[in-house]
Amino acid sequence: MVPLSAYVAVSAILFATGLVGVLIRRNFIIVLMSVEIMLNAANINLVAFSHYLESMTGQIVALFVIAIAAGEAAVGLAIIIVVFRGKISTNVDEMNLLKW
Amino acid sequence: MYDWLVIAIPVLPLVAVLLNGLVGSRYSHDVAGRLASGSVGLSFACALAVFANQLQGRGAHEVVAYRWIFGGDLNINLAFLIDPLTCIMLLVVTGVGFLIHLYSIGYMHGEEGFTRFFTYMNLFMVSMLLLVMGNNYVVLFIGWEGVGLCSYLLIGYYYDKVSAAKAATKAFVVNRIGDAGFLLAIFLVFYNFGTLDYTQVFAKAGALSPQMATAIALCLLVGAVGKSAQIPLYTWLPDAMEGPTPVSALIHAATMVTAGVYMIVRNHVLYDMAPVAMTTVAVVGGCTALFAATIGLVQTDIKRVLAYSTVSQLGYMFLGCGIGAYTAAIFHLMTHAFFKALLFLSAGSVIHALGGEQDIRKMGGLKKKIPVTHAVFLIGTLAIAGIFPFAGFWSKDEIMAHAFVHHHYGLYAMAATGALLTSFYMFRLTYLTFYGPSRMDHHTEAHVHESPWIMLGPLVVLAGLSLSGGFPGVPPENGWFHHFLHPSVAAGVAEDHGGSLELIIGLMGAATVIALIGWGVAHYLYSVDPETADQWAAKSPATYATLLNKYYVDEIYDFLIVEPIKALGRAWDWFDKTIIDGLVRGVAELTERGAWLSTWIEKHVVYAGLNVIGYANHLTARTWRRLQSGQVHHYAAIIVAGLFILVHLAYIWWTTGMVGFGVALR
Repeated sequence: MVPLSAYVAVSAILFATGLVGVLIRRNFIIVLMSVEIMLNAANINLVAFSHYLESMTGQIVALFVIAIAAGEAAVGLAIIIVVFRGKISTNVDEMNLLKW
Repeated sequence: MYDWLVIAIPVLPLVAVLLNGLVGSRYSHDVAGRLASGSVGLSFACALAVFANQLQGRGAHEVVAYRWIFGGDLNINLAFLIDPLTCIMLLVVTGVGFLIHLYSIGYMHGEEGFTRFFTYMNLFMVSMLLLVMGNNYVVLFIGWEGVGLCSYLLIGYYYDKVSAAKAATKAFVVNRIGDAGFLLAIFLVFYNFGTLDYTQVFAKAGALSPQMATAIALCLLVGAVGKSAQIPLYTWLPDAMEGPTPVSALIHAATMVTAGVYMIVRNHVLYDMAPVAMTTVAVVGGCTALFAATIGLVQTDIKRVLAYSTVSQLGYMFLGCGIGAYTAAIFHLMTHAFFKALLFLSAGSVIHALGGEQDIRKMGGLKKKIPVTHAVFLIGTLAIAGIFPFAGFWSKDEIMAHAFVHHHYGLYAMAATGALLTSFYMFRLTYLTFYGPSRMDHHTEAHVHESPWIMLGPLVVLAGLSLSGGFPGVPPENGWFHHFLHPSVAAGVAEDHGGSLELIIGLMGAATVIALIGWGVAHYLYSVDPETADQWAAKSPATYATLLNKYYVDEIYDFLIVEPIKALGRAWDWFDKTIIDGLVRGVAELTERGAWLSTWIEKHVVYAGLNVIGYANHLTARTWRRLQSGQVHHYAAIIVAGLFILVHLAYIWWTTGMVGFGVALR
């Protein structure tokens, strides 16, 4: 029996990995992938607690999160393609138009 | 049917007014003239029908044309009263009016504003008919003001002539004085009776106190004096001769100026109760008759002589009213309308023949050149001078006889002297105009021509009326006229038949002698020995100058009333311009300064403060906007940092037992 703390630890490590990826990587696609990692970290948490608390709610929410992550990936990739057509680059630092 | 006939009398000319006034410029002068005259002619026909109805003894009859003001105790209708008095007035107004309209077609031919002239004339007819037909004081007043307005418009017909415009204004202003008195009388009547209908007022008049009756009668007299050009308000009438001659004939001789007499006779019930007012009327009339006649002696303008003669004759009518001889006054009103219209129109014919000349010193010897005009003018002169058996003889003599029989010897003396003077100045006028050597210049003389028949026709008819107009009143005080009019003036206290036949005939003889003396003197002075008149004038230059200048009454009025009022006006003008305008300008100046100051404050204080705030914001924003770098990483880092802080805070909160976050959470 794997204890809940192990799940939570894995989830925390995954989340930290994703977060660091979002913060330090410059490639838009990698940033997007890091976001996916963070979402999945949350999913692990949800499923683990669902099992631990013997409630299906967490798992259902996890399914929702997967569905939304798919949608988010699609929209994110579409934005990347559009930006890439304009800039011939996927460097996040160059995309700073949304400011004052 | 009969009611419609009555209503049609004033409505017919009104239709012509509307047509000529509104669309008159679209058709020719001929059509306008025919329309105007035709409408008055039809009115005359209606008046004749109404008269015939009255003759059959129908009695007083009221026709309500329109319920005008009603509610509560107040009831004022546009209603007409048809009684013998109204009938006589209707016939005179429409009949003489019709003849004068016909005459005007010829006289005004080719004048500028021909249609306008007839519009005003018809409007005058409408007003005059309302005046004589109204069954209450309000309708009377409407007519009264209407004729005043038309008088103003027609005196000022040649409005580009300064003297005409001034005369019109003078007539209007002087009439206002009288109208104010008349209006006061109406208020008094309403105050005392609560109604303005003649029948009701006269029915209740018995309950009136003599003082109040006197007050009302005197106020009415003020109105009558203004409208009928009596002393002291007569000065406008001679000046009114600036209008075209038919206007002088219709308005300022035959009809409008007699409105005062009509009004007094209509209100004779009130006058009978006020002996003081009666005496005042008689004295005013007597004085005017004599006074105006003396001025007429020396005037040199043919129309002005006739104007003063009109004032004088109106004085006779007032005298008649004042001594209770109402029938005689109306009788004289009627005959005067005939012969004075005739005189004015034939004077117009003379003026027409001479191409506009009005000065009798530049006439003379016209008898041969314009024989028809001469004949009718002579008939008019004989009538006004009171030569038997012309119209003026019967009516004037009746007033004088009434005065004598009822022991008003002073008034009789005035009237008799006035009659002598009347006869003299009228024959003087005739001699200077038609007899003796010609004093015209050659150019005028060459162009003298008899007037067309459209003008002579009415003259001949009026001459016939001047000749025969007196016969309805024969025998004196007992003629057909008196019996017909009796219901309207029945209550007259002094309307009894005094005096024996011998006395009456004696007085008639005296009147005839007086008239003949006047004629004789005029004949001597202006035909037999023309030098004498000038010698007489030279002998007493002061008297002559006084008469020639009309006793300087105009000058006295100017000095006493007009100039002070003008000075007052100028003073107020100064006050207005200096004080009132100064205040206004001061306020404006203050406002302007205040506005400037507030602008300055706004610019330099308020804006400055606002700018400080704005600039501070600007500086702050310039610093802090760097936070929004557009770099997604920065945002993410900030979020993470915030998250750490929050988690730490939550951890501290959790481990310390939730202290440190305020009391409320516990």
